Formats: sequence, C-alpha cells, structure tokens
Amino acid sequence: MGLPGEDGRDGRVSGGRSQVKYIDEYRDARAARRIARDIGRITKHPWTLMEVCGGQTHSIVRHGLDTLLPPEITLVHGPGCPVCVTPVELVEKAIEIASNPKVIFCSFGDMLRVPGVSRDLLSVKAAGADVRVVYSPLDALRLAMDNPGREVVFFAVGFETTAPANAMAVLQAHRAHTGNFTLLVSHVLVPPAMEAILSSRDNRVQGFLAAGHVCAVAGYEEYEPIARRYRVPIVVTGFEPVDILEGVHGCIRQLEEGRSEVENRYRRSVRREGNPAARKAMAEVFRLVDRKWRGVGEIPQSGLGLRAVYADYDAETRFGVAGITAEEDPECISGLILQGIHKPDECPAFGTRCTPEHPLGATMVSSEGACAAYFQYRRRT
Amino acid sequence: MCLAVPGKILNLEGDDPLLVSGKVDFGGIVKQVNLAFVPEAGIGDYVLVHAGFAISVIDQEQASEVWDFLEKMDGMDASRAGGPK
Amino acid sequence: MAPENESGAGFACPIPIQQYPHVLLAHGGGGKLSQQLLERMFLPAFSNAALEARHDGALLELPSRSLAMTTDSYVVRPLFFPGGDIGSLAVNGTVNDLAMCGARPLYLTAGFILEEGLPMETLWRVVQSMRRSSLDAGVQIVAGDTKVVERGKGDGIYINTSGIGVVESARPISPARVAAGDAILLSGDIGRHGIAVMASREGLEFETALESDCAALSGIVLDLLSDGIRVHCLRDLTRGGLASALVEIAGAARVHIEIEESAVPVLDQVRAACEILGFDPIYLANEGRFVAFVPEREARGALERMRAHPLGASACIIGRVTDRDPGRVTMRSPIGTSRIVEMISGEQLPRIC
Repeated sequence: MGLPGEDGRDGRVSGGRSQVKYIDEYRDARAARRIARDIGRITKHPWTLMEVCGGQTHSIVRHGLDTLLPPEITLVHGPGCPVCVTPVELVEKAIEIASNPKVIFCSFGDMLRVPGVSRDLLSVKAAGADVRVVYSPLDALRLAMDNPGREVVFFAVGFETTAPANAMAVLQAHRAHTGNFTLLVSHVLVPPAMEAILSSRDNRVQGFLAAGHVCAVAGYEEYEPIARRYRVPIVVTGFEPVDILEGVHGCIRQLEEGRSEVENRYRRSVRREGNPAARKAMAEVFRLVDRKWRGVGEIPQSGLGLRAVYADYDAETRFGVAGITAEEDPECISGLILQGIHKPDECPAFGTRCTPEHPLGATMVSSEGACAAYFQYRRRT
Repeated sequence: MCLAVPGKILNLEGDDPLLVSGKVDFGGIVKQVNLAFVPEAGIGDYVLVHAGFAISVIDQEQASEVWDFLEKMDGMDASRAGGPK
Repeated sequence: MAPENESGAGFACPIPIQQYPHVLLAHGGGGKLSQQLLERMFLPAFSNAALEARHDGALLELPSRSLAMTTDSYVVRPLFFPGGDIGSLAVNGTVNDLAMCGARPLYLTAGFILEEGLPMETLWRVVQSMRRSSLDAGVQIVAGDTKVVERGKGDGIYINTSGIGVVESARPISPARVAAGDAILLSGDIGRHGIAVMASREGLEFETALESDCAALSGIVLDLLSDGIRVHCLRDLTRGGLASALVEIAGAARVHIEIEESAVPVLDQVRAACEILGFDPIYLANEGRFVAFVPEREARGALERMRAHPLGASACIIGRVTDRDPGRVTMRSPIGTSRIVEMISGEQLPRIC
C-alpha cells in the first residue's frame, strides 16, 4: 500500500521502542508468519480443531489467523465464552434482582447486553435499575462496604479463571462480616464441556486448543484422562497471534504423528498444577454442581455453586429467585455453534434477523461470541 | 476465560494473606492488584492479572523459549535469525 | 468585572456563596435570581458587546460569504475529568464541527439546563472553563439561556452550544468530494479522551497521567486551508472514535477506505488501558483529533502543514481511498491480514472474556 512505512513512523508515539511487555512480542508479524508457514509445511491431512476460549476466538478473528492456515485445517469455535453459555433463566434472575430498588447490581460489562427472554440488563438499567459495570468483584465488595443501606449483588459469571477472584471476594466479605453482599453464581468448568463435545454423536473435533488462562489457574492435569480416553491432542494455548499459532502447530504436529497428549505451549504463564493458592480458595468457597449451558443443555458436575457454609452469600436464596425458569429463542442455533457443529455464517438468521443490535442469542451479543466476532470482522453482504 | 494482562509489580502492601496487594504497572497504566494468589512474586516480577487479581507469575525464562524455537526454525529455513524487535 | 486570573483555583465565585451555595429553581425562572446569575456570572465571564447589549438576540456583522452553522449538546459524566470538563467540551466540540466544514468559527450560543441543587461552585468552574476555551478558540459566546429543572430530573448540568462560522475553503468540504486515490491523514494519537474519562469513572479507576485530548481544531484546520491545500473532506473524531468516522464517510461517499493498523498512532498508556479493559482503540472517544481526505499529490504537503502545528505533531497518513468495495472500511493488521471495520452498537463495555 506504500503507506506509513515511508514516514518511518509506527504506532508507538511515545518516541521509543517501548512496548507492552509480554503482549507485543507475541504479536510480531514475522514470527507469526513463520509459524504459519511451518504449519503449512507439516499439514498433510485435513484436521478439525476447536478452540474452547472466547478470547481466543476473538483473537483469531481479529488478527485473521485462520486465513494464514492451510485450507486442510478447520477451526471451530467452542463454548468458551462464559457469557454466551449463561442460561436464559439466569439472565432473567439477574433482571429480577436488579429491578429491586434496594439493589446495586454489579456485573462485568459483557453481561449487560446478553438477552434474556425479552430484555437485557442494559435496558433494565435504562428503566431505572441501579446496574453498574465493574472490573473486579472486589469493586462490588467495596460498594457493599460503602453502602451499608443497600444490597449489593455481583453477577459471578466465568470459567475457572474468574472463580478464584470471586471466591476471594466471598472470603473477604465473610471476614469483614459484610452482610449486604451476595453473588449470583453462574460459574462453569471447561473439562466437562470438552467431554460433552467429544462424547457427542456429531462430534467432528479432532484436537483442542485449551484455554490458557483457565489453565493458569486450574492447571492441565484434568485434561490428561480426556486426551487418553478420546484420543485427542489437547494443547494449552495463549491468546496472542504467536501463541495461538503455536497451539495450532502443536495440535497438528501431534495429529500428523498419531499422538494424543496434553502439551503446554503457554509455558510462560501455565504450570501443570496451575495455581495452588487460587485452587485452594476456589475449593474453600465453591463446590461442584450440575449446570445448564445455554444452547447445549445440562452438563452434570460442570459448574460451581457456593458451599453451604457460604450460603449467606448466595443471591438466589436471598432474593428468592431460585424458582425462575425460562425458554430460549427457538430460532437461535447458538448451541450448535457453541458445539462447533455450525459456523455463524451458516445460520439463516445471521446478519439479518440476528445482529449485535438485535441479538437472538448470547453468541451475537458478547464480543467474544463466535457470531459477534464473525459479524464484526468477517461479514460480507 | 480470558482477559488477563501481564504487568510488573511495583510495590507490595499488607501482610494479611487475603488482602495483600500491590501496584502493578501495565505499560504506563498503574492499577492496584490483589496478590494473594502469587505469594512467591516480588517487586519487579511480571504477573498475569485478571479481574483485579494476579493469577500467575510470568516465567521469564520460559517466555524466551518460543524465540529459541523460532530461531531454530530459521536455521532450518537457512534464513537470517529473527525474533522480537 | 471578571478578574484576569486564569488559574481558576484562586477565583472567587461571584455569586454570594453563603446565600446561594446551590442552584435553585428560581435561578431559571426569569426573575431576580436569574438576573443575578446573568449579571454576576455569565456576562463577566463571556464579556462581549453582543451579550452586554442585554437584548433578546445578538446582532452580528458577518462577511457576505458562505456560513457554516452547527449545534451540539453535552451531557458528559463525570463533569470534570483529566484534561477537560463539560464546559471545555461544549465549546471545543462545536468549534470543531465548524472547523470540519472548513469554516472559521466566530460566534457560539450556550444553553444551560441545570439541576436544582447543583453546587454554585461547580457551575462557576464550568463557566470559567468555557471562558478559557472560547478565548483560546477565538470565539465569542453571544447568546444563551438558562433553565433549572427539579432535583432528580437532570444530571447536574447539560449544555447545548450552537455555532456560526465563515467558510474559508474555496470549495465545499464534504464526503461528496472524497475520491478514489485520496490519502487519509490523521492528526494525532487516538483514544486519550475515552480512557481519561473511563479512568475517572467509579469502578474502573486506575492511576494514569493521561489527559483528554480536548482541544479546538480550528487553528490547525485553517492553517491547512490557508496553504491552499485541496482538502476534500474533514471529520473530527468524537464518540465512536476513528472507526465510526471512517465508516460514516465511506457510507456517505460510497467509497472503500483501507487503513493500516500499524499506522494509527496510539499512546502506550492508551494501549495498555485497552488491553486491561478489553477495548479496541479505534472505537475510543476523542475530542481533539480529526481525519483529512486529500488528493494523493497533496498528502505530503498536508502532512507537513499539520505537523508544524502543536496539535498535529503526531500527524500521519493512515490509509487510502479506493473504489474496490464501496461503503466498506477495511483495516490491515501488522500481520498482513485484513478485517472489516464496522460501526459498533452502543458503547464499548469493559469485558472479562
């Protein structure tokens, strides 16, 4: 294009070659292309890989990484967006609680536009509810301590990555006897989801890119029996372009060599045992429960719920919403997309009846959702 | 689950294991981060931060491994060695 | 008479604070309190002949050329943020819209909707800021209005400013003139305003020396025009960021816009904040940056002109206009892959995924 290279300017502006360390190096174009070339060299057969984490989906689509791969490799996007897999009825429970004038309802930003049956938290906020975006559960806890006359509820959504943070918020609340702080819990776990996909009759996935930050917390010991039982390689993968291509490279090499092992290609952040202190906090506060995954259905022992000793911090009990149920939109095929059976642009409603403005399901709303990512970066009219 | 960003620990505050925290520098933005899950980390270490918590210490040695690997690939390509600028 | 102290901090609010520490409904009622606000606060701050005539409207002399006129309302929260406030935004935003038409901004109006209970000191700070900004931009605030709504029915302060300017460019500046082959210039690094405001919002605090880029762009634009550079189109980046400005122009002009991600300057701190919050810098708000579409052969000259101005020190060429895919904006990543840039629905929200 003959553009800015002529000026010798790059995007840094600060005048030096400073960079955001441990991020920028892994976006290096030459390194990424070199790995992609090697992938092309070693790929001799068609393979279908799944990346489980929404953040990885986002990165792949944003950097166009799948366009660098040989056509034999199909990347499907799995249920790795905890926002996307939050069941409709939990959104309805959140709306019910948020509509209570005593409540300050705190949430991560991505949950605000997830559609319930007919509304989302953002429209409830517009109607007058006190809904606030926070960056950390500790921000919600601080709000509770600063507002003793109000009830503060935190929407505790996420995979294993976020569970320790939420556990710590409960432990700190408990220590400080904060009586007006509760969690609406919707934690889900990755390994049961992977097993559900692998054991499904329609499964086409032959290798997995495991979610690097989930593994930073939980480690990857749990994947070893899965790799053995289903004979699939599982590669712990990061999020930047070089990391993701490394993960793909690891998977393809194993597949071409007929191996099915757990491999760590995100060693700077992940150890096999994960983070013991984080796991301890999780185990202290949460226990395994059965969870419904939006678009997939119930997967046994796939979620986390508060232990009985911390039942006082359970918003469902405090606000009496445990009985709320809801049905999902029949037109939305997000479940099939989450399981990797279809791509977003194969959905008849994609880009027409279903857009980020009028989403039918959470995969279009969350910026990590496969449908939203496709819509933003890939859509052709 | 995903959005975690590496940053450098600038200081450490507090003795209580639940509340120990520190200022972490992310390329010029400084945020207070809970360090309860990384008791082994010290000032100058890089940690991965998610939702206000450090969830892992970045292993600087392992971090350089991928570049060694790429250099090896370069050697195999018989082209000039590359790596991060 | 307004003291000439520009520091703001040592400035005494002219409304007797012991008597009226807060704005009352009566301050918007047209009676004695309204008069007091006008005479003691607004008139001295914005002092000019038109206002001092104290008539229902401003009588102005204008050269007999094309005029540009614009209006905008300002509802920003928080009212004060690093590098600016609702007052400086209200002046600069309207000044900039006029500048984007290739006009020299001359006169502004200022309509205030105040919430009962607003601390008078806050109003005074905002008015002082508007005074400073209008002096810097060389405009006069010649007419205004004040209404007060009941407590709970407003958000502190809302301001509307309308502006009139005289068109200086020989040919009209608008998307209609954008043509295939045009170079796209950006006046400086993006995202400072969005992050500075975010940093002061509760729940998302972080320490940063970042300030909003809020500034009047009329100076740098008029410099460009005075050089005789043929500018096809100008657009200032506001809410919705660089991406929205480009998408709007590509749509209005029915052209294809192609930009290089690595050419778009972003301060390290802005980038770091984007990483933490999960934002894309091309969608962040700005209040002192613009894009210019100029014919290819003028690009060098335009760039030099912009860089010679303090607000354009980091100006750069970020892309090109083609006719390959009309209405579309694409951005090439440093890796060499391309993505489509769309308008996003609503604000970017800090994410966890």
